[in-house]
Amino acid sequence: MKRQAEGDECRHENSMKRAFPIFAVLTAVLLSYALYEALVAAPTEQTMGNVQRIFYYHVPSAWTAFLLFFINFVCSIQYLVRRDKVADSIANWVAIVLGVAACAAAVVIRPLPSGVEPSSVATTGLAITGLYFLVKRYFSGSRTDALALVTAEVGVVFCTVVLVTGPLWARPVWGIWWTWDVRLTSTLVLWLIYISYLMLRRFSASGQTPVLAAALAIFGALDVPLVYFSIWIFRTQHPQPVIGGGGSIDPRMLHVLLINWLAFLCFAALICWSRYRLEVLQREVEEIHAMKGLQDPRSSG
Amino acid sequence: MSKPPGAVAGVIQATLAKDLRLEWRSKDAINSMLFFSLLVVVVFSFSFDPNAEESRQIAGGLVWVAFLFAAVVALGQTWARELRNQVLDAYRVSPAPANSLFLAKALGNFIFVAILELLMTPLFIMFYKLRALGPAWQLIPIAALGTWAIVVNGTFFAAMSLRTRSREIMLPLLLFPVCIPALLAMVNATTAILTGELSAKFWIVLLTTYDVVFTIACLLLFELVLHAE
Repeated sequence: MKRQAEGDECRHENSMKRAFPIFAVLTAVLLSYALYEALVAAPTEQTMGNVQRIFYYHVPSAWTAFLLFFINFVCSIQYLVRRDKVADSIANWVAIVLGVAACAAAVVIRPLPSGVEPSSVATTGLAITGLYFLVKRYFSGSRTDALALVTAEVGVVFCTVVLVTGPLWARPVWGIWWTWDVRLTSTLVLWLIYISYLMLRRFSASGQTPVLAAALAIFGALDVPLVYFSIWIFRTQHPQPVIGGGGSIDPRMLHVLLINWLAFLCFAALICWSRYRLEVLQREVEEIHAMKGLQDPRSSG
Repeated sequence: MSKPPGAVAGVIQATLAKDLRLEWRSKDAINSMLFFSLLVVVVFSFSFDPNAEESRQIAGGLVWVAFLFAAVVALGQTWARELRNQVLDAYRVSPAPANSLFLAKALGNFIFVAILELLMTPLFIMFYKLRALGPAWQLIPIAALGTWAIVVNGTFFAAMSLRTRSREIMLPLLLFPVCIPALLAMVNATTAILTGELSAKFWIVLLTTYDVVFTIACLLLFELVLHAE
């Protein structure tokens, strides 16, 4: 049985290895198409002019970063609850109830806050549940932790892109580089928390890292909504979300935005994939070294 | 692991009494915190030299930043003290519930920081010529809730940073980002009361929410962190 499972895993890894270059080429093509669309094909904005084109990088990076941080949060929860059967089943039920509750809320609550579509509430809820069980199905034990590390690293990169492109756009349009607005502040706090997450991972002893990091990720996930709601009462300066948020956008611009998001998602998935493979291999090498050290203490050096 | 009733309260009481007695004899934490926040007060006052109106605007931020920095000094010593003679390992193998140890440590730190605040507040009033224009009694619940917010997370992250290299540096790096909403609430509530222009009610509610959420999170996760291998 075990040998067959190993053979399956081997075949699976081989097919993944072959798929990687194909996916890389596809991503490169998609990225260049998205670049052309954003810089040439998209119509120029009336009041802001060409400065507005940074929007096609800023917004997709933000969505990608938030998605990656969310995957990190799911992985952290799963890493912690899997050590305990009761906690595991509680977490499963919470995930299911969240999905159902979001669907119910989409049907029942009237009126929803301005600009929020019932379909987007339901989709978000179902996406959370789906993502939770996807991670549960395909990643086990220390692999969950590897995925958490990878999504945090790549998420920080994309979040940095957001924080750099934001002020570049804000300076000519708002006349200031930075303001303590709700979206800016919560993104910055998110970025700070994940930097401290990566620091913690770097500085802690290897055996304890996963548990400590997962606990910190949960603290971060509790923290960001609090920041968001506390600044919510201030008048917010950031442009309203253009999709599902009451803002309006030219359909051609929306098309370019979505193409760019797809390209950025593929790019993020590509980096995560290769980084994940590297991380898993690195852990295997460390394990082999540790085993060798146990068998023959003199050879470990 | 069956826990006899009263074990939680018993462990909290014993640990708290031990910590208070240790602190009473050595006065390590209190002295270093006091001197540190005194330095902050003097340096800030010297570099700004504000009049009464300006200091109303900035004092809320100044006071809480000073207390936060000073609290880190005490928080760092919370668990480091238990490393000597392997006391922490003894805790780990003992059947005492982990959360009662955590609560005892958090309460101990709360008392130390509260004493610091009591002693430092007159100095702040003197140096910054403070006089509250709003309802000053509300500063007491704000101080209590704010101190608990700093201390509960600080005790947790101090236990976490104990497991890292260069732990003195790690504690503020972990604590400050998570403390941002609490700090925001404390500073805005204090400023609202000092200037008397706005109501501090929203910020007090936010601070209470923060305390409840993070106390529960700490209690749920502390055992994992204590036993992390």
